[in-house]
Amino acid sequence: MALLSVNSLCAYYQTELYGISRTVRAVDGVTFELYPNEIYGLAGESSCGKTTLIKVISGNVKPPLKVISGSVDYQFGSYAVDMLHVPKEDLRRNVRWKEISYVMQGSMSVLNPVRKVIKTFEDIVETHDQITNRREFLEQVTAHINRLGLPTEVLSSYPHQLSGGMKQRVAIALATLFQPSLIIADEPTTALDVVVQRGVLQMIKDIQGASNNTVLLVTHDMAVHANVADRVMIMYAGRIAEEAPTETIFNAPLHPYTQHLIGSLPMIGERSNKAALKGTPPNLANPPSGCRFHPRCPYAMEVCQTTVPDLVLVKQRHRVACHLIKEASA
Amino acid sequence: MRRFILNYLLPRFVQYLTVIFVGITVTFIIPRLSPTDPVAAQVSMMLARGSALDPQAVQSMRAALTDLYGLSGSPLQQYFAFWGRLLRGDLGPSLGNFPTPVSQMIGQAMPYTLSLLITATLVSWIFGNLFGALSSYYPKNKGLKVVEILGQTVRPIPYYILALVLLVVFAFYIPIFPFSGAYPIGIHPSLSLDFAWIYVQHSFLPAATLVLIGFGGWFIGMKSLTSNIISEDYVVYAETAGLKERKILGNYVMRNGLLPQLTGLAMSLGTVFSGALIMEIVFGFPGIGSLTLVAVYRNDYSMIMGIAIYSIIGVATAMLIMDLIYPLFDPRVRYQ
Amino acid sequence: MFKVIRDLFRYDGRFRLAAFFLTAVTVMIILSYVSPYDPDKSFVVAMDMPPSPEHIFGTDSRGQDVFWWMTFAMRNSFFMGVITAAVSRVIAILMGLSAGYRGGWLDRFLMSVTDTFVVLPLLPILILLGFLLRDIMNQFLLGFILALFGWPYDARLIRSQVLTLRERAFTRTAVYSGTGPFWITIREHLPFVMPIVLATTINNILWAIGFEVTLSILGLSDLTRPSIGTALYWANQHGALVAGVWWWIAAPTLAAIVLALGLYLLLTSVNDYIDPRTRLRLIGG
Repeated sequence: MALLSVNSLCAYYQTELYGISRTVRAVDGVTFELYPNEIYGLAGESSCGKTTLIKVISGNVKPPLKVISGSVDYQFGSYAVDMLHVPKEDLRRNVRWKEISYVMQGSMSVLNPVRKVIKTFEDIVETHDQITNRREFLEQVTAHINRLGLPTEVLSSYPHQLSGGMKQRVAIALATLFQPSLIIADEPTTALDVVVQRGVLQMIKDIQGASNNTVLLVTHDMAVHANVADRVMIMYAGRIAEEAPTETIFNAPLHPYTQHLIGSLPMIGERSNKAALKGTPPNLANPPSGCRFHPRCPYAMEVCQTTVPDLVLVKQRHRVACHLIKEASA
Repeated sequence: MRRFILNYLLPRFVQYLTVIFVGITVTFIIPRLSPTDPVAAQVSMMLARGSALDPQAVQSMRAALTDLYGLSGSPLQQYFAFWGRLLRGDLGPSLGNFPTPVSQMIGQAMPYTLSLLITATLVSWIFGNLFGALSSYYPKNKGLKVVEILGQTVRPIPYYILALVLLVVFAFYIPIFPFSGAYPIGIHPSLSLDFAWIYVQHSFLPAATLVLIGFGGWFIGMKSLTSNIISEDYVVYAETAGLKERKILGNYVMRNGLLPQLTGLAMSLGTVFSGALIMEIVFGFPGIGSLTLVAVYRNDYSMIMGIAIYSIIGVATAMLIMDLIYPLFDPRVRYQ
Repeated sequence: MFKVIRDLFRYDGRFRLAAFFLTAVTVMIILSYVSPYDPDKSFVVAMDMPPSPEHIFGTDSRGQDVFWWMTFAMRNSFFMGVITAAVSRVIAILMGLSAGYRGGWLDRFLMSVTDTFVVLPLLPILILLGFLLRDIMNQFLLGFILALFGWPYDARLIRSQVLTLRERAFTRTAVYSGTGPFWITIREHLPFVMPIVLATTINNILWAIGFEVTLSILGLSDLTRPSIGTALYWANQHGALVAGVWWWIAAPTLAAIVLALGLYLLLTSVNDYIDPRTRLRLIGG
């Protein structure tokens, strides 16, 4: 039973200023599913559409972003939510933070700079639940953050008094307050040094293991995926390139882009030169025709320039969108 | 705590003293650079009024006036004497209302100016910021758009012009408000409700003009600030977490946006003060502005001087107070 | 450049309105050169006549045609504002650039000076000055004096822009490639500084005109030259409002409003166009 079903989602940025119109096709036909009790990795380079996809999934669609077509459906146990059409008040009261929570990219500034950390906790809890007994509430919050390795003083500090790693952990603590079914972690380890990164990743793993929920981990850092994710999806230029269990992605990638990504990872003892992909990342306002990767693909064929490759299931839980693969199985 | 005092309080206090020192020195220097010799001007004015005096009397009057103006002795001596008198609160006698001391007359006029200034500034600041933030948060709201256009239209108009327009329209043609003064002739100021009502009637137009012009400025500043704040991480986060709009607006957006506006408030005091003076001139409100007008007409040199000095000290002190209040609102300054 | 103007005209209502107002202002200024009446003389026409086809704004108590007198007033007021803006631009740029580039104690000193000027309540000081200099006061002197007080705010803006620019990568590239500091300033940085200068210029003109009006009404400027402020001064002297010669007050008031609004609308529309963050905001639609 899928937790989240995304079907043929298209979301564009439409801008109009001083007579110039532009449409950026950030997410262009994405279909995938999330299941309970897994860590799902979302990988891809900058401006491949990851952040836009996250925005749509978490119900944060604001102009100039617009959902053109497709569906985003959640199933939280017996509670079904159509993310694109759910009334805002329902979304706010029942879904946000209770079912879906968010750890933001660069949690450096997610906390209100002029209020103490405990106030942010209060604000979030009060939104979904009355705080009847303040002392009890404080005890529970303190226990919660202590479990995550944070000292109690954090609560009575101001955000600018905390270090980057601490702030990130506070963000994770906030995200797990209500034990949501889905935690979206957007680049949780970027801008942290390696030691802290390890701590944060461990935290994520522990949380997922303890509550058996789903974590959607978005990062361009393949090493993180290798460490933590169960399945990985590679996005390129607003479309899915490949999706498979982690081991498969790393050991037997099928899409040329994935192959390049994996191949570019340094390994201890290896000495060969790494070649860069030719060309530049695509301009999503004016994307290449057909398969969007074709200008940079070393194996590009004629058909790649004209037709968009479908995302086909090649093995169990392994999908690829590439004409090469279709050719092979044909 | 010590770091705070050193890094924040001390520089500001030093700046405060610098401003006062520089401002007053400038006020001291300017008259002495001017081609007009105030003593000669005064004497010739008195003679022109037709009083025939013998040369002896003119001489002694001249000496007395020179002393009065603080022009006796070398420039350095004058400077020190000047500061000496200033620190004693002595601004000299008013020449238009001889021998009433200038400081006394300013003291009488001050409450009117202050009440006008404080009320108008607070009202325009609070409402300007409030509506500015709202207009940024709810960009499609038609009502707010209208408010914005009104505020923007009024903002660039010089104080005097707007005051004149309001005076003509609301006191002349549609006589809702009284023409001038703070209270009709013959009534004594008192702390009664009656007087308060009369006072409100008379002070409404000047205050309204100040508010109208100030409103646009705060509105546009806050609107721009708010639109930046809205895209800040902590606001997006709060929205994602499902916080109520009102809570986000109040605790997250406004609290952060008002901080730079507080600083801006401090910086604007000089301008608002000037505006208040102009209001008083147009509406005949018995504050410092009217004092200035009378002083100019009567060539009351020491009064003008006194007002200039008083204004500098007043505005600088108000700014210092604002600087001292600011850390109460911004924890980033409090704990470094 | 023309494309910018065309874009603004087509898509920004404020710019259109500003263009309309400022065209009116320009027309009036040009007309002043062909005025049939000499503004310095009195009793050239019949006094206190209401607006008529012959005298569009009527005549005043000094026997002048109000409309033609106002063309001179518009010209003088505007030019005085331009003088102020020009001189204070120079000072602001010098101060801002020095503080931004040199840094260190020079920066701190200049900023202290700037802050001092910002705090000082100008009107009382200007009144003092005007009072003392009223014999030799004229438009140029007034403009000059205002310029001496009008630069601090803008200097600060220029300085912060310079500070940002110094750290940018392209500056370092230029330095490493051996470009002399003077040329870096002129060729690399000036294109960033100029928009600020432009925006603050218009602001400055507005500000200067406001002060001119105020000081003139108090009788503290050159009362022989027509300006928007002196028009109101003379109107007050002759008790225009009480005598029912309302057009003598209405004309300068209208002129002031048109000039102020025109300049201000120009300022905001150009500002919005230039500032990338505002553009981003407007994109959302």
